[in-house]
Amino acid sequence: MSNGSGGGTLHTISVLVEDKPGVLTRVAGLFSARGFNIDSLAVGPTESSGLSRMTIVINVDTKPLEQITKQLNKLINVIKILEHEPGSAVERELMLVKVRASGDDRARVMEIAEVFRVNIVDVTASTLTLEATGKPDKLEALLSLLDDFGIVELSRTGRIALGRGDRGIKERVLRAAND
Amino acid sequence: MKVTGALALLRALEHEGVEVIFGIPGGASMPIYDPLVDGSSIRHILCRHEQGAGHAAEGYAWATGRVGVCMATSGPGGTNLVTPIADAKMDSVPIVAITGQVPTPVVGNDAFQEADITGITMPITKHNFLVKDPALIPETVREAFHIASTGRPGPVLIDLPKDVLLSETTWSWPERINLPGYKPTTKGNQRQVGEAVKLIMAAERPVLYVGGGVIKADAHAELAKLATVGRLPVVTTLMARGAFPDSHELCLGMPGMHGNYTAVTSIQKADVLVALGARFDDRVTGKLAAFAPQAKVIHVDIDPAEIGKNRVADVPIVGDCRDVIAKLAAELDARQHEAGGVPDRSAWLGQLVDWQRRFPYRYDQQPDGPLKPQYCVERLREQSDADTIVVAGVGQHQMYASQYWHFEHPRHWINSGGLGTMGFAVPAALGAKVGQPGKRVLAIDGDGCFQMTAQELATSTTEKIPFITAILNNGYLGMVRQWQELFFAERYSGVYLDPDVPDYVKLAEAYGAVGLRADDPGEVDAVIEKAFSVEDRSVVIDFRVDPREMVFPMVPAGASNDDIILDPEGATPTSDPAEAPIV
Repeated sequence: MSNGSGGGTLHTISVLVEDKPGVLTRVAGLFSARGFNIDSLAVGPTESSGLSRMTIVINVDTKPLEQITKQLNKLINVIKILEHEPGSAVERELMLVKVRASGDDRARVMEIAEVFRVNIVDVTASTLTLEATGKPDKLEALLSLLDDFGIVELSRTGRIALGRGDRGIKERVLRAAND
Repeated sequence: MKVTGALALLRALEHEGVEVIFGIPGGASMPIYDPLVDGSSIRHILCRHEQGAGHAAEGYAWATGRVGVCMATSGPGGTNLVTPIADAKMDSVPIVAITGQVPTPVVGNDAFQEADITGITMPITKHNFLVKDPALIPETVREAFHIASTGRPGPVLIDLPKDVLLSETTWSWPERINLPGYKPTTKGNQRQVGEAVKLIMAAERPVLYVGGGVIKADAHAELAKLATVGRLPVVTTLMARGAFPDSHELCLGMPGMHGNYTAVTSIQKADVLVALGARFDDRVTGKLAAFAPQAKVIHVDIDPAEIGKNRVADVPIVGDCRDVIAKLAAELDARQHEAGGVPDRSAWLGQLVDWQRRFPYRYDQQPDGPLKPQYCVERLREQSDADTIVVAGVGQHQMYASQYWHFEHPRHWINSGGLGTMGFAVPAALGAKVGQPGKRVLAIDGDGCFQMTAQELATSTTEKIPFITAILNNGYLGMVRQWQELFFAERYSGVYLDPDVPDYVKLAEAYGAVGLRADDPGEVDAVIEKAFSVEDRSVVIDFRVDPREMVFPMVPAGASNDDIILDPEGATPTSDPAEAPIV
């Protein structure tokens, strides 16, 4: 994993896979073997038993992205791939962040939490732990404010996404190589 | 019917029509060998090294078009298969590799002879399986053969823990294959075919750039129709030699780093390039940005990931070459009829003939001079019929074989293209002979390559699988030596092997084969004649060739194909390391 390295733009792709042993390794291995960095990767079960859904955020140009989706499609356990055009998907991420908050800082951190509508899920004499959900830019904005107080530790789920509209990933047509 | 997992495996392989397995047993795979004692339609050929077993399976697959099968035990047995599996991946060779694995309770415990072979082979297989339930063995075998042999063919590995092989299950053969994520596109889009034919019709300087996919798809008859209907010149890549007969007037032979001038330059000057089952490999394109600079590209391939990977396609067509080429030929025929015939391209065809006349492959064999490797290949060719299967490893000998042999039929040329695996030839020749017992199999090998897998001569003798190995023995790792001479200021380093070590004639005899030697041009014909008269044993010919001979033409790695060097006089050695080739 890397933090936004490479000169391309961020792309979010959803990959529907068979829930078989090793499938995560196959997908992750393909990225490293072809020389691409994954910014984030989230996996979980779906509405269909036996199928998992991965949301992968990568930082590449459009042409290598096309190559990577084609290569992913060749994996036997990959059922479907959807690249989300900017604005065409609902994208969310969950983050837990432990912030130093004693003395006057405590009230200021709580104020920020309220403004961002995030929950405080753990309290100690010197820290507050916040649970934040939202679009990636909201989380980034929150983090930049909390940074001043001192972040003790941080854990993020990575982005998940669903396309907007009434159709599911299985009904969407992948861009064919013939077009 | 109650069966062990091992017997289920054997029955499943029989159901798939497997006639031969190349393998070596070991602790974890022993359960598979036990039911073989009771009889099976499958012949097990005991190889001497798992790498040999893997390449033999590849040679069998190349020669027959069927899936080759190799088998090894856990740990080192499996890791010794890694090279042939990677080779099969690069050259799209359909093989199924079966490995034993330590029992499931100790998987992950660093047990004796344990290696995570599914993990290790993940990037070099088309797919692999670790089977943890004996009931799943039949369907896994069926899926493995389906995946290996359809779409873009490739290697599939099945890893079977020993306890799974020993435990009982109920035998049943699956009615259907359940692979929801695997649906190769085989039928070419007719609209795209129409677009392609439009480009071909308008072309003044068309070239068909034919790759190994045409042979994999058994599309040589369709290709011959397309070429002759449109009077379209054909280049056949290293992987496609024999897909179109070298004797055909429209055949220009091999393009690429060591291709002939006409084949290389036809592509450079083409205005329409029709890539058929080819992947724009760097050994063909040279400097990619300077490759076929004027050409519109029609790219036909069954693997969508190949299209646009290296070169943008103006007309991409995903599909099986046989289907698409047949459609292209039919559509072109119809359009030409409407237009009143084949477009007049006599200037282009005349230019090609002129180049062929002026720039053939060239070498100089003096009657009393050192023996030239090209002369050996030519004499072997002249004494062979077109039914001979020629097998090569990797290096100078491979290029001489591809350049100087005349290939008339598909599946009569077998070599390691993409991975460039030294040691490929001897075991691949063994496998090819098993697949085509009625044909003469001739391995043209280098002395460096030969020493990597020569132990399979023992397999040849004990299993009575005779083939001929002609070693072009120059005492060097010749291709590396050539690059050191041309690009590293003749600073030879780590390339001298010594032509006398081992004594190849004695080595052949030690293995139960016939050993022959030719030192001078005058001895070559008699030695070949003698070799070809032996039917019941393998033969090794030690041709003592000139170590100074180099492969030409040559396009230095990373250079434009326009900068093709025709002969040693055209080679300008450079001492500037910055000028040295990258790959």
